[in-house]
Amino acid sequence: MQVPAPFEYERANNVAEAIALRERLGPEARFIAGGHSLLPMMKLRLANPEYLIDINDCEELFYISEDGGEIRIGAMTRHRELLESELLAEHFPIFRDAEEVIADPVVRNRGTLGGSLCQADPSEDLSAVCTTLDASCVIKSTSGERVVSMHDFHVGPYETAVGDAEMLTEIRIPLKANGGSAYEKVERRAGDWAVVSSGAAVWFDGDTIAEGRVGLAAVGPNTTSIDPVSEALRGATPSEDLYQQVGEIAAANCSPQDDQRGSAAYKTHLAMELTKRALRRAVARANGQEA
Amino acid sequence: MTATEPQAETDERPIGFGRLLRKEDPRLIRGMGNFVDDIQLPGMLHLAILRSPMAHARIVSIDKSAAEAHPKVVAVITGEDLAAQGLAWMPTLSNDVQAVLATDKVRFQHQEVAFVVAEDRYSARDALELIIVDYEWIDPVIDVRKAMDADTPVIRDDLDDKTDNHIFDWETGDAAETEAIFASADVVVSEEIIYPRVHPAPMETCGCVADVERVSGQLTLWSTTQAPHAHRTVYALVAGLPEHKIRVIAPDIGGGFGNKVPIYPGYVCAIVASLVIGKPVKWMEDRTENLVSTGFARDYVMQGEIAATKEGKILAVRTNVLADHGAFNGVAAPVKYPAGFFGVFTGSYDLEAAYCKMQAVYTNKAPGGVAYACSFRITEAVYLVERIVDCLAYELDMDPAELRLKNFIQPDQFPYETKTGWVYDSGDYEPAMRKAMEMAGYDELRREQAEKREKGELMGIGLAFFTEAVGAGPRKDMDILGLGMADGCELRIHPTGKAVVRLSVKTQGQGHETTFAQIVAEEIGIPPEDIEVIHGDTDNTPFGLGTYGSRSTPVSGAAAALVTRKVRDKAQIIASGMLEVSVADLEWNKGSFSVKGDPEKSVTIQDIAMKAHGAGDLPDGIEGGLEAQICYNPENLTYPFGAYICVVDIDPGTAVVKVRRFIAVDDCGTQINPMIIEGQVHGGLADGVGMAMMEMISFDEDGNCLGGSLMDYLIPTALETPDWETGHTVTPSPHHPIGAKGIGESATVGSPPAVVNAIVDALKPYGIRHADMPLTPSRVWETMQGNHTPPI
Ligand SMILES: Cc1cc2nc3c(=O)[nH]c(=O)nc-3n(C[C@H](O)[C@H](O)[C@H](O)COP(=O)(O)OP(=O)(O)OC[C@H]3O[C@@H](n4cnc5c(N)ncnc54)[C@H](O)[C@@H]3O)c2cc1C
Repeated sequence: MQVPAPFEYERANNVAEAIALRERLGPEARFIAGGHSLLPMMKLRLANPEYLIDINDCEELFYISEDGGEIRIGAMTRHRELLESELLAEHFPIFRDAEEVIADPVVRNRGTLGGSLCQADPSEDLSAVCTTLDASCVIKSTSGERVVSMHDFHVGPYETAVGDAEMLTEIRIPLKANGGSAYEKVERRAGDWAVVSSGAAVWFDGDTIAEGRVGLAAVGPNTTSIDPVSEALRGATPSEDLYQQVGEIAAANCSPQDDQRGSAAYKTHLAMELTKRALRRAVARANGQEA
Repeated sequence: MTATEPQAETDERPIGFGRLLRKEDPRLIRGMGNFVDDIQLPGMLHLAILRSPMAHARIVSIDKSAAEAHPKVVAVITGEDLAAQGLAWMPTLSNDVQAVLATDKVRFQHQEVAFVVAEDRYSARDALELIIVDYEWIDPVIDVRKAMDADTPVIRDDLDDKTDNHIFDWETGDAAETEAIFASADVVVSEEIIYPRVHPAPMETCGCVADVERVSGQLTLWSTTQAPHAHRTVYALVAGLPEHKIRVIAPDIGGGFGNKVPIYPGYVCAIVASLVIGKPVKWMEDRTENLVSTGFARDYVMQGEIAATKEGKILAVRTNVLADHGAFNGVAAPVKYPAGFFGVFTGSYDLEAAYCKMQAVYTNKAPGGVAYACSFRITEAVYLVERIVDCLAYELDMDPAELRLKNFIQPDQFPYETKTGWVYDSGDYEPAMRKAMEMAGYDELRREQAEKREKGELMGIGLAFFTEAVGAGPRKDMDILGLGMADGCELRIHPTGKAVVRLSVKTQGQGHETTFAQIVAEEIGIPPEDIEVIHGDTDNTPFGLGTYGSRSTPVSGAAAALVTRKVRDKAQIIASGMLEVSVADLEWNKGSFSVKGDPEKSVTIQDIAMKAHGAGDLPDGIEGGLEAQICYNPENLTYPFGAYICVVDIDPGTAVVKVRRFIAVDDCGTQINPMIIEGQVHGGLADGVGMAMMEMISFDEDGNCLGGSLMDYLIPTALETPDWETGHTVTPSPHHPIGAKGIGESATVGSPPAVVNAIVDALKPYGIRHADMPLTPSRVWETMQGNHTPPI
């Protein structure tokens, strides 16, 4: 049994209380959502927070809804709910693709979207999904709320724009017509983190792509959208050549490292190959060709 | 029938051999098992170990004052403290010594440096952070190939006159004879084949509860051990404790795979702590401690060579091995076998010559030697020969099945003495191979493969044929620390005909409580559910060396059969008195004796048991009671074998390997419980897929262990493993009382080469002849690019 260092525990009944606690307890306090990233780190004593503020009773953070041309997802929404949501599957099948290969059912029953994004692990799949979908994040504090793009949300590995006295409460994804999305991941074993994964989303205007985005995980300090990809896709007509070209741009814009999951050269290759595959499926889905 | 009575689907409730659900399962499945960590004693304290953050460093100073001041801490002990008692070092199982707590230097990352005993587990762990150790860095020796370089730091400067990192040189076979054959052979193939360091990773980590009774000095040790009797004697020898005052109890054990053969510093620390403090002390490793510090397996760099005629007759196999034993030589193997049973690297083939030369060295890595489903290094040997035979098939452009079939030892050659001196007891290889090929649809698979290759798709078919040497072993050749490798067994039949059998071996999940009841049942006709199997407690079982190297059935199983026959012989004499005929006029019909030619006149074993304990006279010279004890010394090892076929598909774009099918035909001689055999095979196959595709304990250049959690050290799940297709042939062992050979490690030995051969076969269009484990997607892709780099 691996045991964490001593800590104090508080349970917040709602968001207001959670934020107030966080403000009062200061930088040595941490929220605990699903606990599937934080607790392993505490057991290994890589994280030694003095206080845990449990936000599992903040009922207002559990939802997936459509509102004002956006899909809104509460920060405490669990992997399992993202996996099973028909609303998400209809608009953004990329979520289900990703959730099917994130961790295992035990982790998915507890782990949350908010926790995933706040963990800001460069291999986090949901960060890549949200990046691909151009999501934005609602961050609250006692003095109000602000909305930041995924691009600004991640400021480095394991670092986000969420300040010491702030809380991520919601993720918003714009709804646009004629879209398709898909996610591809290579892992060494089921339940393992990605060697590399790639998400792709496209929105059509007639036969041409009006907008397209790609988000990669595990190939750099953070998951990031790749602007040259979006430029190459804008106004393009889908073809195998296009997928190849975009795959190559993705590969050229990542900076993976050698580690036990794989060599940098392999990861660069995967960035290309998986982007190609994700894009192909995203286009097919936008054209109603694949479930 | 109550729910506690086991029943299998096809259960005909055999009185003897056959399918039968495991007697132990109701308890384990309902969470009613009793593992070491379940043991709670009044006043019990908890021990936690401080481990070195560095792989190689001099200990300058240790300040334990802050830890001692922790309100819940009872004691803080360092290597210096132990040295004062003469307990800082302990002997390993292979004539080396290992530090219990480091005194001078730390020699591997996570080596034991100090321990804390506290009122609860949390406080013990917290107090570790309060111990301040000042280390002075020494360059570590991590690359095994550099361990013997001239300018390399000497790891074991604790040993007198040690000036390098050399442990031993060992050779087997005839060098000159082999060289002569290689020099004139048509075809010679050479390949460096690496078996990386892997870990047994049992679900239950290692630990113990030590309880030294102050007045009597009696030590009771509940511990995660596969060999309770051997451990008791070792404690007596090293700690100078009188052996009759030591009781070792192995309660339920959650997997061993060799990991629970060695004696770890933690056990000794707990005993010392209980002795000093006078209270029971529990030590239980956490997952990281288990992975980074306990008995690993493999770690052989093998240069393999094979010589053959151009028609594919294999003439000789030769190998040069560099063995990484870590910082202390803790290999668990019979004393005369420093490389275990690696000598069976000649495989299942009729060779003209064979030779192996090995050098073992120290590195700054965790010790603990061979452990793991090890078959005493047979896993490495089988991997070497089955890989190099495939390399030969590649060079000859010959079907690997055909090549194997052409070279098998023939049935009439048994008993067959190999060129390295092993006498294979029995074998009939071709039918097993043909059966596997038939189950697989081998020819059809090859046709499918050819079509796929046309289309650029990657499909591979891998074969492996293995022969193991298990059941160590004859006492004339084999001992561990001077203890002969025999096993005792005791059987008592109670007056009502129920029985209790006491074993010297210990299950860690293999199902001894069922299998051994079935062996006794087969011999004496009492139903298995009426036979209680007692094991794992040195005070209540006869002496013997324990369960590892697939030795339980070959050695202890033989003891169980023979002790039962001894009881039956006595029963026959009593029956002759009851039926008033001579012993020679009695006939045994599993469960009863009847008068020859007059079957109506019979007595059951239950009747006889009552008579043996009851009133009235017994035949002359016969004592009351119905029980016996024996000690079985095997006359030879047993040699199980099998034919495995693996089919894989590889995605050419991502290099992801999917194991599509796996066919395993095993021959373990007489089958006691086919369901348990299948279970052993399933587990071993999963293990083999793990080793072939994902498992490896690796280190960075500073000696940091990179496999310290199950997110880093990957073990396969149901999703990486196909539905196993199992089959069997039966070639009994001629010298074993029931003809059984052992099955515990067959699949873990036979499957890695089958998987690797399949992956390499799939990559044939890329001109690839060899790739090293673990074949993760990245390594497969790199191999496809021609960048095959050895894992170590
Ligand atoms: C075995 C295993 C396998 C896994 N495999 C994968 C995988 O394949 N792919 C993948 O993407 N992930 C994987 N994960 C991670 C998993 O998805 C985690 O659940 C997730 O990363 C974190 O979510 P959580 O709710 O558990 O967060 P927690 O662990 O509770 O928190 C993580 C961090 O976020 C902070 N935080 C949480 N919520 C908020 C909030 N609302 N506002 C501000 N800060 C907050 C916490 O303080 C903490 O620092 C795996 C985890 C495990 C244990």
